[in-house]
Amino acid sequence: MEETPLRLVLLTTAELAGVTTVLLLLLATPLAWWLARSRAWWKEAVGALAALPLVLPPTVIGFYVLVALGPDSPLMVPLHAFGVRTLAFTFTGLVIGSLFYSLPFAVQPLRTAFEGIGARPLEIAATMGAGPLDRFLTVGLPLARRGFVSAAVLVFAHTVGEFGVVLMIGGAIPGRTEVLSTRIYALVEGLRYGEAHLLAAGLVAFAFATLLVLLLAERRLSAPAP
Amino acid sequence: MRARLAGRIGRFPLDVALEAKPGEVTALVGPSGAGKTSLLRCLAGLERVAGEVEVAGEVWQDATRFVPAHRRRVGYVFQGGGLLPHLSVAGNLLYAERRAPAPGDRDEVVARTGIAALLDRRPERLSGGEAQRVGLARALVMRPRLLLLDEPLSALDAEARVELASWLAELLPELGVPVLLVSHDAGEVERLAARTIRMREGRIANA
Repeated sequence: MEETPLRLVLLTTAELAGVTTVLLLLLATPLAWWLARSRAWWKEAVGALAALPLVLPPTVIGFYVLVALGPDSPLMVPLHAFGVRTLAFTFTGLVIGSLFYSLPFAVQPLRTAFEGIGARPLEIAATMGAGPLDRFLTVGLPLARRGFVSAAVLVFAHTVGEFGVVLMIGGAIPGRTEVLSTRIYALVEGLRYGEAHLLAAGLVAFAFATLLVLLLAERRLSAPAP
Repeated sequence: MRARLAGRIGRFPLDVALEAKPGEVTALVGPSGAGKTSLLRCLAGLERVAGEVEVAGEVWQDATRFVPAHRRRVGYVFQGGGLLPHLSVAGNLLYAERRAPAPGDRDEVVARTGIAALLDRRPERLSGGEAQRVGLARALVMRPRLLLLDEPLSALDAEARVELASWLAELLPELGVPVLLVSHDAGEVERLAARTIRMREGRIANA
């Protein structure tokens, strides 16, 4: 099989990480807000479920998402009408798997940031006539901006670095679902250590730069305004 | 304003009935844990216990309804001013003004509270007295039906305390709405309030 140009592999990796980051911030924000503010006794059960990908082997997540997106899955039935029988080994499937895999990396920093706001600023806004959605948008979101920066950076970096889940769901199909981590694996399997070194070192540099940017951004956002 | 509230907020009991006339400044005094702030929070709709609250002919709470805080038109000046930390002084005033159904004249309120020079400042750059003034200005911009002040003189040094007290003594009776003012210090509020209500363990000890 002909090897996909590295440029395309990089593009797929960046696209997967970018789409996952945007979607996950949208999905995790209301969940984290609810986890931070709810008084329901069972909310920690939901919190534990959302944190589960932190401790589960990626192959377990990958396996269940693969089964859920497969042609025999009842979850796929609604899509049959659109001619879609399976999302396994597709880019969309990769995104869905990444959403599960990186969920805690969005929920945890956002929840911590929302909890850090405390009740007071939201009560102040309420006495000024701001309803629940208004308070969330005009007080909750701006005061939790550090959490959004952390969540976005961590989800992006974590998705770039994922291997087990993308291999299980995507199958590393050249040009479609092959990403950097699976390319490194393929290179090592083919004993092409020199090229593997180059990509692996690139990922190390990327991870370092990402964490550095995160720490600098957090420091900047936590500094008092002039 | 008429209120009758009875219930528990967490472990704290509250059982009070009080009335306040427009233009009248009523001080709530008593030791820590007497329920003064809890009472303000219930009137503002931030806590809920059973009872009735009626302000300017509007029912805010009775057996069948509970108007949430954001629909009550209550001016609440929190301890320390209670400014939104991510907005400037002007931003805080605008936040209240934009949400008020019938806001007051912002320029007049700014002039009256003497905060014109502070409008561009961030809340963390204000002194305790300045933050209290801005908190009050923000509540006044809303033209509230009921004004609640929680420890407006706390956390101020002696000089600022005297200055703010004499300023409030002049301003509050002119507002034409019932004003409830919480303080630890009975002597201090004597200057500001026409009436003093002493609270103890969630009840009114004497009015």
